[in-house]
Amino acid sequence: MYRILTKTVLNPTVTQMEIEAPLVANKAKPGQFIILRVDEAGERIPLTVAGVDKARGAVKIIFQIVGATTELLNAKNEGEFIQDFVGPLGMPTHLEGLRKVCIVGGGVGCAIAMPVAQALHEQGAEVTSIIGFRNRDLLILEDEFRACSDRLIVMTDDGSYARHGNVTVPLKELLEAGERFDLIITIGPLIMMKFVTLTAKPFSVPVTVSMNPIMIDGTGMCGGCRLTLVRDGRRITKFACVDGPDFNGYEVDFDEAMSRGRMYFDFERRAHEATCNLLKGGN
Amino acid sequence: MALNPKKHEMPTQAPDVRAHNFSEVALGYTAQIAVEEAKRCLNCRNRPCVAGCPVNVNIPDFIMKIKAGDFEGAYQVINETSSLPAVCGRVCPQETQCESKCSMGVKFEPVGIGRLERFVADWHNANVSEKTVPPAPNGHKVAIVGSGPSGLTCAGDLAKKGYSVSVFEALHTAGGVLVYGIPEFRLPKSIVAKEVETLQDLGVDVQTNVVIGKTLTVDELFEMGYEAVFIGSGAGLPNFMNIPGESLKGVYSANEFLTRSNLMRAYLDDPVTPIRKGGRVAVVGGGNVAMDAARTALRLGAEQVYIVYRRSMDELPARREEVEHAMEEGIDFRLLNNPVEILGFENPDDPRDPRNGFVTGMRCIRMELGEPDAKGRRRPVPIPGSEFTLDVDTVIMAIGTSPNPLIKDTTEGLAVNSHGGIIVNEDGLTSRENVYAGGDAVTGAATVISAMGAGKVAAKAIDEALRQR
Repeated sequence: MYRILTKTVLNPTVTQMEIEAPLVANKAKPGQFIILRVDEAGERIPLTVAGVDKARGAVKIIFQIVGATTELLNAKNEGEFIQDFVGPLGMPTHLEGLRKVCIVGGGVGCAIAMPVAQALHEQGAEVTSIIGFRNRDLLILEDEFRACSDRLIVMTDDGSYARHGNVTVPLKELLEAGERFDLIITIGPLIMMKFVTLTAKPFSVPVTVSMNPIMIDGTGMCGGCRLTLVRDGRRITKFACVDGPDFNGYEVDFDEAMSRGRMYFDFERRAHEATCNLLKGGN
Repeated sequence: MALNPKKHEMPTQAPDVRAHNFSEVALGYTAQIAVEEAKRCLNCRNRPCVAGCPVNVNIPDFIMKIKAGDFEGAYQVINETSSLPAVCGRVCPQETQCESKCSMGVKFEPVGIGRLERFVADWHNANVSEKTVPPAPNGHKVAIVGSGPSGLTCAGDLAKKGYSVSVFEALHTAGGVLVYGIPEFRLPKSIVAKEVETLQDLGVDVQTNVVIGKTLTVDELFEMGYEAVFIGSGAGLPNFMNIPGESLKGVYSANEFLTRSNLMRAYLDDPVTPIRKGGRVAVVGGGNVAMDAARTALRLGAEQVYIVYRRSMDELPARREEVEHAMEEGIDFRLLNNPVEILGFENPDDPRDPRNGFVTGMRCIRMELGEPDAKGRRRPVPIPGSEFTLDVDTVIMAIGTSPNPLIKDTTEGLAVNSHGGIIVNEDGLTSRENVYAGGDAVTGAATVISAMGAGKVAAKAIDEALRQR
């Protein structure tokens, strides 16, 4: 059992928790993820590590309430316990030698992008952060990004806060203005990462994307998280849990990944509704 | 008194009943049948069956105890050498091991050793509640990586000798393939939990949610004071065929399909973890895992389940008993067939059509057996122009696994072979001092009992190495 040390509501649909897991806190690096189960009968869900505090043995997770399991997790409070918490899984984001980087985060993906931006900032890299949200209410981590970015651009899809538009708009402007990034790291919805990659392509800037497919064990055993890279015209199968979650954006077959992500769409929607009704009934 | 030339039949659920439930297929001998079967043992002098058992259970001794009605005595005999009798009695391929050596088997059917072992273990679990008392500690600490059959066996043998043993398991439940792979209808999870509990009573410390190679490394285990490490991390990554369409929705590895159903309990009526139920299913492969996947799909409500295997019945590697059970239940064997492509739905007018990307069929080609290969197995060769489409909406690939690189990649100096299997000597010792390994992590996918045998060999070697300190 793993204790919930802190719980913070970041916005109506996004919650931050610190979980007591000293072994994980000791090892986790930016880009890695954990898998948790809320209770004895629960499903396993992967969540990317949003930060650690080694001294307190704490691992920070930030999650959007999108389904049954995140709904149940969100119903837990500080001082309560979750059943299982394992990690760190996957490979850390490669940050060595990077001097000038653009971070492009979308929605709750910003939670995962933030520790990457912090690590780059700490190693002395020049960090440009572009973070986008659907609207003002869903904005998270603005201050945290400002603290570790040389330049921060905030976007909202509906224009209710900061600049109006998609994250690709300022990215394209910067690239057209001649900004030479060593790397663009993008974390967010698949469709956003696809378009960030397409935006960067004419400028030949390398793009790293963070994939978050359906998975079970997270150690390479089930193969459910497989995705396809296209390299020199050849299609190569990779497992996001052990080979990733970071991949070269130019190689990822995003359309296939998006299709696979919807495999259990109906099931998940029904399960979410059932859980919501259950939680409402309990109040 | 005349000897009964045949083994007593194993009582089983009727095929048309069991095809729709996840309860155990084989129901087990009654005490009366067990005693009658025990009487068939000749208690012959040279005991060939013992040598046929990878963990050398004193088979005639426990059978004589059954014959005398001393079932707990029989359990204690098995317990001297095997830490998982209720598991072995169910999943060991006795027909190629102990029973294949049985003296009775020269003229008649061999003694039903596996069935008797299962009876004894179940009898003990149902009737004896006193806990095993852990032996006095000998002051040595050993770490075991993985709680599958090899790890549990190694842990049990060392704990019985007074070692302080910690088992590190990556998943949330101990048992390895016994819980994520082998289905409930062949090996109830309560049986595995009971065997793990028995080991815990012996003092074995089981730590779930620890991935060695990620959460901790082998080197850190030594820093923590463990004097030897046994790696029993299993077979790892599922293989795919590398044919078009394997990323379509509805294509599973057998590992994923079985893990969803077994470990994550997706077989329940109202599961938390989703799985595709019903429809038409093709399982590709001919091993025990393929049989488990096919029979699981059937029980999940599939209207039609095919086994698609590229060789013929003679080469089918699964246990005969499993193949027979599968056939009785109505699994359709499409032998000498090989998949060439998996077909998917694509609505050209609507890219958002929710049916897009789901499996609609599998193109196969007929095969014939050609010249024998280096191993003497006749190589299957495609018959040109014989392609056809099997109408299915779920495909499960059960064509083996490759070793998981997590430990190799994080353990300096650990030698592996060209397949990624950890290299060990006859004692299970790896290229690293005090690091031992066994089971599928060494051999690639094999049987539960051979993994147990490897765990036993390593436990003996670890004991000999550490006792001298």
